[in-house]
Amino acid sequence: MQLSGAQIIVQSLKAEGVEYVFGYPGGAVLEIYDAIYQLNKFKHILTRHEQAAVHAADAYARTSGKVGVALVTSGPGATNAVTGIATAYSDSIPMVVITGQVGTPSIGTDAFQEVDTVGITRPCVKHNFLVTDINELAPTIKKAFQIAASGRPGPVVVDVPKDVTQAMAKFSYPQEDIFIRSYQPVVQGHTGQIKKAVQMFASAKRPIVYFGGGIILGNASQELMDFVRLTGAPCTGTLMGLGGFPSDDRQYLGMLGMHGTYEANLAMQEADVVLAVGARFDDRVVSVPSKFLEKPKKIIHIDVDPSSIAKRVRVDVPIVGDVKNVLAEMIGFCGKQNAVPNRDHLDKWWKTIENWRSRNCLWFDDSSETIKPQYVVKKLAEITNNSAIITSDVGQHQMFAAQYYPFTRPRQWLNSGGLGTMGVGLPYAMGAKLAAPEQDVFCITGEGSIQMNIQELSTCFQYKIPITVVTLNNGYLGMVRQWQELYYSNRESETYFDSLPDFVKLAEAYGHVGMRIEKTSEVEAALRAALQHNREGRLVFMDFITDKKQNVFPMVGNGKGLDEMVLPVHMRETKADSDVNDVTDRNYDTRSVP
Amino acid sequence: MRRILSVLIENKSGAMSRVVGLFSARDYNIDSLSVAVTEDKTLSRMTIVTHGDETVIEQITKQLNKLIEVIKVVDLNESRFVERELMLVKLRAAGKDRDEFLRLAEIYRGRVVDVTDRTYTIEITGATDKLDSFLETVGQAQILETVRTGAAGIGRGERILKI
Repeated sequence: MQLSGAQIIVQSLKAEGVEYVFGYPGGAVLEIYDAIYQLNKFKHILTRHEQAAVHAADAYARTSGKVGVALVTSGPGATNAVTGIATAYSDSIPMVVITGQVGTPSIGTDAFQEVDTVGITRPCVKHNFLVTDINELAPTIKKAFQIAASGRPGPVVVDVPKDVTQAMAKFSYPQEDIFIRSYQPVVQGHTGQIKKAVQMFASAKRPIVYFGGGIILGNASQELMDFVRLTGAPCTGTLMGLGGFPSDDRQYLGMLGMHGTYEANLAMQEADVVLAVGARFDDRVVSVPSKFLEKPKKIIHIDVDPSSIAKRVRVDVPIVGDVKNVLAEMIGFCGKQNAVPNRDHLDKWWKTIENWRSRNCLWFDDSSETIKPQYVVKKLAEITNNSAIITSDVGQHQMFAAQYYPFTRPRQWLNSGGLGTMGVGLPYAMGAKLAAPEQDVFCITGEGSIQMNIQELSTCFQYKIPITVVTLNNGYLGMVRQWQELYYSNRESETYFDSLPDFVKLAEAYGHVGMRIEKTSEVEAALRAALQHNREGRLVFMDFITDKKQNVFPMVGNGKGLDEMVLPVHMRETKADSDVNDVTDRNYDTRSVP
Repeated sequence: MRRILSVLIENKSGAMSRVVGLFSARDYNIDSLSVAVTEDKTLSRMTIVTHGDETVIEQITKQLNKLIEVIKVVDLNESRFVERELMLVKLRAAGKDRDEFLRLAEIYRGRVVDVTDRTYTIEITGATDKLDSFLETVGQAQILETVRTGAAGIGRGERILKI
């Protein structure tokens, strides 16, 4: 039977088991939208902006572990989608974005709503295709899903000219994966290297496991847990790794990096063997490599993407492979040869770490009636039993969410870690709630970030997506202001908002419940009420008026080492700085580092 | 350090721009690039001359390999290889220069491919530094125009780059 190109697309997506497509119609994709209407094969979510459609598809992928799908039109539709695509690319999220294109006879003529989508998206996709032959359409979609989900995942764009959606062809969707000779990701680690890594780790006096988003993308949380348990080593995770290891576990030192915990940062800096799994030594994690490597250490690096290995730091044992497979194999070797770090060395190491941990770097004073942003996150964690899905935007609120919500499982934390895209929070919450309707979903945001995609309140109303928006409103672009305070002599250049909307009225205008909370004593009750509304199917927009000048600490400033943190006030008062500088004077001998 | 990379890539529209885009996006420089289809019509082979230290070259190689359409990447400098570049050079040739240029062309195993009463156009092939040396010998003043293909390289002996 002959089908139109548009019908082929719809049938192909169905064949991939697609549940939701997030998109926005337009001239070049009218055929596809007609086919969606007629064939009714999946649910289409009409967002209010293409960027949000792509973010929502991304969130659906992060939550479900499946490939997210977005559909946008040519020209401005495609360019609006670019931020979403780049966001997914930075965080290696499997996603297929179908973009409409002007008809093939018009390509290259600067036609109405024409843009070189393949050219524009090339630097921020895992791969992209322009389909000019209808016979190639189904196999291309198959390949797109294959490439998006395998190896190091990422977004794939399929650009389809309008006439291709109108042409007719026989449809058969490939059942098996298509062989792509130039694309054969390595998933099994090299056994020799794995043995070497196990021995190196076992010889460590001050070992640390450093994990990133790869643990979550690679579904390797259990293996990570088993390895950490077996070796008795401490572990720390990146912003993208949150939830990859239970936050309330004793062996977890908290997040590391620019706003990492005191204990995690010092342990990473002082470690003699670092096992990096599914993490890429991002500048937000190790700051400057030279400072990170000042303390001699051996580095083992496991990553499915060879180009991530030894990109920023030299690596002693590189292992290319799927983190789940490699960790499982390492556990096997450890068990067989009883190759784990020496107990006495570890005890000493843990003593040092516990000493750092006892400094309680995330303590804050919540005694005043002015709401501390940290307090809101802490209370939220309490009333949701640490188990809600949390999305966040970008800024101080993001770091407060990361520091104060104890994530207990993978895929519970959705965040633009790589690109740092403001405006992801609300569309992420939409996508997450659709992927996991039984979960409570909260978007922790700021008054700056939320306004970057606030129009999606309308989408949430249309599809009855009951989430809670928690706005930590300090009237500033807080993180920028924090930097201006610390590094630009308090010159608050364009960070102060003096005309914020009335968010309560705004939420109500969109048909939702709005709340304003101005006192610490009201926070808990308000959150409980919101959760109640939520469970009754209402979206709640909470505007928490918080302390204007609260900053995020600890902080590793630009160009500083992980052991050169700016500490919170309560630690400074107890001469914490000298403690940081004392790192050579501890109960172990740094000269004996191998 | 100067490096020559040999790349086998799908012969598809847009494949080459991915390679070029990779270099510009990561602030690596391409000193020369030559590309043509191979004996297998579905494959193109590129020779990329670039420079950088070990880490940079390692990253370039890894990033190239990461491109979906790239099939193989070989750093020719890792063992012995042959390198050739073609240059056409138009010289201002009058008076006693005419004989001199003919002799020079012969020394460099070049050929005169076009003549007027005031110019010679000479074709020379060889390693890039040989062509550089020819231009140096001739001297800037006499050079009217040059056009070069960029290096093409191939491993010596049994060493081949194939899928």
